[in-house]
Amino acid sequence: MAAVQEFHVAINSDQDIVIARQKGRAMASELGFSSSDATFISTAISELARNIVSYARKGQITLRAVQGSSRVGILVIASDNGPGIPDIQQALRDGFSTSGSLGLGLPGVRRLMDEFEITSQPGQGTLVAVKKWRQ
Amino acid sequence: MEVPILKQGAVLIATFQAALSDADLNQLRMGLVQQVVKFRSRAVIVDVTAMDVMDSFASRTLREIAHMIRLRGAETVIVGIQPEVAFAMVQLGLTLEGVATALDLEEGLAYLNEKFKTTN
Repeated sequence: MAAVQEFHVAINSDQDIVIARQKGRAMASELGFSSSDATFISTAISELARNIVSYARKGQITLRAVQGSSRVGILVIASDNGPGIPDIQQALRDGFSTSGSLGLGLPGVRRLMDEFEITSQPGQGTLVAVKKWRQ
Repeated sequence: MEVPILKQGAVLIATFQAALSDADLNQLRMGLVQQVVKFRSRAVIVDVTAMDVMDSFASRTLREIAHMIRLRGAETVIVGIQPEVAFAMVQLGLTLEGVATALDLEEGLAYLNEKFKTTN
């Protein structure tokens, strides 16, 4: 097993969204994910990074290779110190948006990945952690 | 990164690259509509074969491009959506409703030729 791999991508502009998803795809391919799973992962990263730019303006995407009991996975953490989400349940429903975007971000990301966790406090930022396991 | 726009008779062909930022997409949207006006184009083909990610912003921009071009009286066809990209779009809940799509550039041109024939 290779050494722990971890990348941090600072998200400050729409250009960084592209960088984050490219890094995510490269890491997924390196870990042996199929091309369609790598596409799912990089699409999810793109949505999470876009939420940072749209709602918090800046934040960070962390990509980490994780080892389960018998499988390999990738962990993506999107964190920011932005305004936070007042109603998480509402934000997880399809069709909800406050920034004029499509508002499909979070429920869509949840469908693309295997595990999904979100923590958010108004005024204290948002942290979304998602995992995908290699099939 | 600029998107090359090729003029082929009455059709404009825009070929997307993999690493398009939101700013690139916005620029393309304006550029395409302006060129449709300038060249009096009847159709636009947007070739997304090289795109490895189609997120909510990219698909919304494509829909907007198609709708703006329709308001100009021209037709838009999106060609080359990769199978895994289509799969991810469906999972995300993204649709390109009301926008014509075709397998590849060749099919897109064939679709437009058929369409022009019947309207002439």
